Amino acid sequence: MKPLAPISNTARVALGILFFVLFVAAWSYATLGGFVSKTFLADPLTMVQEGYDLLTKHGFLLDIGVTIWRVVGGFVLAALVAVPLGILMGAYKPIEAFLEPFVSFARYLPASAFIPLLILWAGLGELQKLLVIFIGSVFQIVLMVALAVTGVRRDLVEAALTLGARDRGILARVLIPASAPDIAESLRLVLGWAWTYVIVAELIGSSSGIGHMIIDSQALLATGQIIFGIIVIGVIGLISDFLFKWGNQRLFPWSLA
Amino acid sequence: MSKLVIENVSRVFPGVRGGKPTRALEPTSLEIPDNDFVTILGPSGCGKSTLLRLVAGLDRPTTGRITLDGAPVSEPGPDRGMVFQSYTLFPWLTVADNIAFGLREKGVPRERRDEAVREWMGRIGLIGFEHHYPKQLSGGMQQRTAIARALANDPAILLLDEPFGALDNQTRALMQELLLGIWERARKTVMFVTHDIEEAIFLGSRVLVMTARPGRIKAEVAIDLPHPRHYTIKTSPEFSALKARLTEEIRAEAVLAAERH
Repeated sequence: MKPLAPISNTARVALGILFFVLFVAAWSYATLGGFVSKTFLADPLTMVQEGYDLLTKHGFLLDIGVTIWRVVGGFVLAALVAVPLGILMGAYKPIEAFLEPFVSFARYLPASAFIPLLILWAGLGELQKLLVIFIGSVFQIVLMVALAVTGVRRDLVEAALTLGARDRGILARVLIPASAPDIAESLRLVLGWAWTYVIVAELIGSSSGIGHMIIDSQALLATGQIIFGIIVIGVIGLISDFLFKWGNQRLFPWSLA
Repeated sequence: MSKLVIENVSRVFPGVRGGKPTRALEPTSLEIPDNDFVTILGPSGCGKSTLLRLVAGLDRPTTGRITLDGAPVSEPGPDRGMVFQSYTLFPWLTVADNIAFGLREKGVPRERRDEAVREWMGRIGLIGFEHHYPKQLSGGMQQRTAIARALANDPAILLLDEPFGALDNQTRALMQELLLGIWERARKTVMFVTHDIEEAIFLGSRVLVMTARPGRIKAEVAIDLPHPRHYTIKTSPEFSALKARLTEEIRAEAVLAAERH
């Protein structure tokens, strides 16, 4: 192998699939071969069977829907607050000086540690779940958006100034369009993180959702169901990531190399 | 009547972390009348770009003042169009929208913007590329668009900061002819910064030679070659004589600059 040498598309897809195949093969070997007790790890066939039962008999689709709604709801709320704030911070240095230290600090507050407090404040309902996602996402988005706006090429701003653009024009017609692809990319990353917060939120004091199912399955030692739940999260994450990438390519055709 | 007046303008950049301040531009005085095409020739880092940025209002002079038609220059404005050495077309706008950018900021209605775009697309020879994005264009096409973008705004003076510096020789020669052709028709006031001697002679009505840092105007050479200028003029005896003279002027400065770095 030569460093940085490109590979063909077919080879890329084949190699990507190969790892999944090896992974499942190793898992099958360990479980079906009897090396690992069923109590601790279900084999792939049991996992598929239990997953099918979950979907058809136990209304798991509803749980999936609830979880997706919580992630998307909390994430959209966070984005609505954080994107404008981040843009203002990136564009106006006094606002940045005012907010940046606090946001940098708040970003390291673990969202999951807020759950007991949020339960106290907002009860066990949907609001509490949304708030966990919100707290987990909002500070990250603010900082990443501010960074994207700060990183806009200085010479583009100067060119706009010599063409007669004033403060508002620079913001609306240079800084925002120039940083839009980076902002969208930041949102895609943070949405991925939001998925990890929602499961934690659902593990505690919840009566629906994928995380709730996982905790229930633990009591029943149904490891097949747990693994199925985890895989479903992974697949949904992959789909949302794909949709985001596809949307970004459609929205910003000019930014592609 | 004098248009652009530069009086005792200097620029000193403060030292970084207690270092010595950098004298980028010694006090400089200069007048550029209407319709003049002045080329400013100097070695790298001589402050010629600094001078241009001061005129554009992108930087503030340490001393002195700059006036355009009597009004003091204090910030960037559409009356001083600029073309940069780096490619500064807005990548999210098509070629047509880039050219119309300044007019849009001015609030010019759509029909008049479209009309200006059509006119400029023809003048820079890019008809058919209206809906291309900058990344789909070659370097030469991007800089042609950048010139059209600056001129569509109808500035009082056009400032060019080594606009063809990143282009290959053949493209560069074609771009020079294109720019000269536009100037011969429109007779805009132009300040053109370059380190290329041939370019400075071919384009300018006069060449100002700048010294190595700290920058100062060392000599002024009038270029009395007739207009319209054809590229063949570059091989004429008059051109060669001017080139020999400017080569001498600039060589001393280049040697100085090289010794200091």
